[in-house]
Amino acid sequence: MPEISLPQSVPLTWYLILSAILFTLGVAGFLFRRNVITVFMSIELMLNAVNLSFVTFSYKYKQVDGHIFSFFVMVVAAAEAAVGLAIILTIFKNRQTLEIDEVSSLKN
Amino acid sequence: MQQLWLIPLLPLAGFALNGLFGRRFSKTVINAIAVGSVLLAFLWVLKSLNSLGAFSGGGLEVPHVEHYFTWIQSGVLNISVDFAVDRLTAVMLLIVTGIGTLIHIYAVGYMAHESGYYRFFAYLNLFMFFMLTLVLAQNFLLLFVGWEGVGLCSYLLIGFYFSEKFATDAGNKAFIVNRIGDFGFSLAIFLIAIHFGSLDFGSVFSQAKNLPIETSPGWITAIALLLLVGATGKSAQIPLYVWLPDAMAGPTPVSALIHAATMVTAGVYMVARSSSIFLHSPMALEIVTIIGIATAFFAATIGLVQNDIKKVFAYSTVSQLGYMFVGLGTGAFSAGIFHVMTHAFFKALLFLGAGSVIHALSGEQDLRQMGGLARKIPITCVVLLCASLAIAGVPGTSGYFSKDLILESAYQYAPWIYWVGVLTAGMTAFYVFRAFFMAFTGEYRGNKHPHESPFVMWGPLAVLAALSLGGGFINIPKYLEPMFPLSEGTLPGFVALTPAVFGFAGIGLAYILYVLAPGLPESIANAFRPVYTLLYNKYFVDEAYDSAVVNPTIDGSRSLLWRTIDAGAIDGTVNGVGKTARSIGGVLRHLQSGYIRSYAGWVVAGAILVVIVMGLKGVM
Repeated sequence: MPEISLPQSVPLTWYLILSAILFTLGVAGFLFRRNVITVFMSIELMLNAVNLSFVTFSYKYKQVDGHIFSFFVMVVAAAEAAVGLAIILTIFKNRQTLEIDEVSSLKN
Repeated sequence: MQQLWLIPLLPLAGFALNGLFGRRFSKTVINAIAVGSVLLAFLWVLKSLNSLGAFSGGGLEVPHVEHYFTWIQSGVLNISVDFAVDRLTAVMLLIVTGIGTLIHIYAVGYMAHESGYYRFFAYLNLFMFFMLTLVLAQNFLLLFVGWEGVGLCSYLLIGFYFSEKFATDAGNKAFIVNRIGDFGFSLAIFLIAIHFGSLDFGSVFSQAKNLPIETSPGWITAIALLLLVGATGKSAQIPLYVWLPDAMAGPTPVSALIHAATMVTAGVYMVARSSSIFLHSPMALEIVTIIGIATAFFAATIGLVQNDIKKVFAYSTVSQLGYMFVGLGTGAFSAGIFHVMTHAFFKALLFLGAGSVIHALSGEQDLRQMGGLARKIPITCVVLLCASLAIAGVPGTSGYFSKDLILESAYQYAPWIYWVGVLTAGMTAFYVFRAFFMAFTGEYRGNKHPHESPFVMWGPLAVLAALSLGGGFINIPKYLEPMFPLSEGTLPGFVALTPAVFGFAGIGLAYILYVLAPGLPESIANAFRPVYTLLYNKYFVDEAYDSAVVNPTIDGSRSLLWRTIDAGAIDGTVNGVGKTARSIGGVLRHLQSGYIRSYAGWVVAGAILVVIVMGLKGVM
C-alpha cells in the first residue's frame, strides 16, 4: 500500500493555525453576538474547527480514530442543529425576540 | 407426646379472638371465649398430667420433654422451642391454670359494669399464655420470653384505667423497675450460655451438678446473683419491690391473679428451677435468705399502718414473697414452692374478697370508710375470714403448714432468721386481722349502700376458701422430694409451735385494738408519732429512690442529654451543615446570572486556565 502523505507545500502547523483561528472566531461570535441564530452558527463553527484538527492529526499519525471522531461530531452537530433550532423557534414563539440576553429567567 | 403446646395456645387463641373481634362481640361471647379458653387449658393440664402419671406414686420423676422446633442455631449454641413437665412444673401448671380459671370466672362478675370489657379479658388471656410459656419452658431463653411477656401484660393491666394518671404512672413504674431486674436476668442468661454452652435446662443443670461448690465467689455465684436480680424485680424483693404496692392501681382480679398468685411467684419458680446453680454458691444462697427475710420484715411493718385495703394486702404479698425467698435461700426449695401454692390460694382469696368488698361499696378502698360489713355482705366476710386465718398461720390452715416448713428450715440455717420470721408472722396476723376487723366489725362508717356480690363472684371465693383452709394437706414437699430432698434431723418442739403462738397473739392484739378498744390505735400512733409517720410513708423509700435515682436521671436527661447533647451537639451539627451550605450558596449564586454568554465566558476562562496549567506543567 503506497504511503499517503500530506502535500509538502502545506505544513501541518498551517492546518492547526487555521483550526485555531476558526475556533477563536466561533468563541468570539458566541461571546459577543446577541442574536441567538448567530450564536448557534458560532457553535457550528467551533465544532468544525475541532473537526479540522481531528482530521489533520489523523493524517499525520496515520490513525483512523480522528476520522471516526469527526464523523461523530458531525452526527452530534446534526442532532444538535435539529434540537437547537426547535428551541430557538420555541423561544421566539414565547418571547417574540431572539436577543439572547432577554432569556435569563434562570438568574440566581 | 402429650400436646403440651395446647396448654398455652388455648389462652392465646382466646386473646386473639377477643383482642381482634371483641369490640363486636356481646359480653356473653367474650365471657365464653375468655373463661372457656382458660378452663380448657386447665382441663388439658389435668388430662396431660393424668396420662403422664403425675397423680400416681412414681410418675414424672423424670421430666417429660417435648421438642417442637429449633429456634436459634448459632455456633455451638442451639436453642429450641421445647416444653417440659416435671413435678415442679406440674405444681405450677395446676396453680396457674386452676387459680386462673377461678379468677377469670370472678372477673366476669367484677368487671360487669366496666368499660373496655373485651380489652380486659384479652389481656388476661394473653397473660395466661405467657405465664404458661414461662412455666413450661425447657430453656432459659423461652422462660425469658414468658418472663417478659407477663411483665408486658402486668404493665397493660396495671394501666388498664389509662385515663387515670396514677394508673399509667403505676404501670410505667412497674415496667421500668422490672427492666432493671430483667437486665440482670439477661446478663445471667449470657453468662450461662458462655459457661455451659447451652441454655437447655437439662444440659445446664446436669453440668452444674458436677461442678465443685464455690467457697469463694466465682462465676457460678455471679450467675446466681444475676438470676437473683431478675427474681427481685419480678417477685418484688428489696430493693426492687417498690412497683408492687403501686400495681394495685389495676383492677382487683388483676391484683389477685398477676400481682399475688402467679406472676410475682415467677421469681421463686425461677430460683427453684435453677436450684442446682444456687446450691453451688453458698454465698448466693445467703444473700437470697437475707434479702428474703429483710423484705418479709420491712414489708410487714409497712403493712401495719396502711389504710387502703388493697395496699395492706399488697405489702402482705411482698412480705410473703420474702418468706418464699427465705425458704429458697435456706435450701428448702420445696417449702418455698409449697408456700407459693398456699399463698396463691389465700392471697388470691384475700384480693378477690377485697374486690368483693370494693365492689359492694362501689369502689371504696379506704378501711376507715368501712366497718360493720359483716351483716351486710356475710359471704364475703366468711371467705375473707378463712383467708385471714390461713395467712395468719392458724394451725390446720394451709398457711400454717408452708410457713412452718420455711421457718423450720430457717431455724436450721440460722436461729436469728427464724426469730425475725416468727416476729413477722405475728405482724402478718396483726395487720391482716386489723384490716378484717376494720372492715367487718363495729359500725358502718361510710355512706354507700353495700350489697352482696353475685354468685359468679362468690362461687370462686368459696372454692378458694376451701383451698385456703384445706390446701395445706396437699403434701407438696413430699411430692417434690425427688427434685428437692427434704432435710433430715429433728428440731426442738418450740420451733413448730412459736409461729402459731405469735399468730394468735397478733390476732388477739388486733381484736383488742380494733374491736374492744377502738380509740387505742389512735393514741398509740400519737405516742409513737415518728415511727408511725415513718411506717405510714413506707420508710420514704419511694422518695429516696426519687431523689437518688429518678430525679437525677430526669434532670440529667433534660440538661445534659436533651439541652447539651441533643439540642446542642447533634442539632448544632445538623443545622450547622445546613447553614454553611446555605451561606456558601449565597455567595455562589451570583455566578448564576442567567446570561448564557456569561456562562460561556466562564467556560472559556476555565479552558484557558487548563491550557495554561498544561503548558506550564507539561502535558502528561
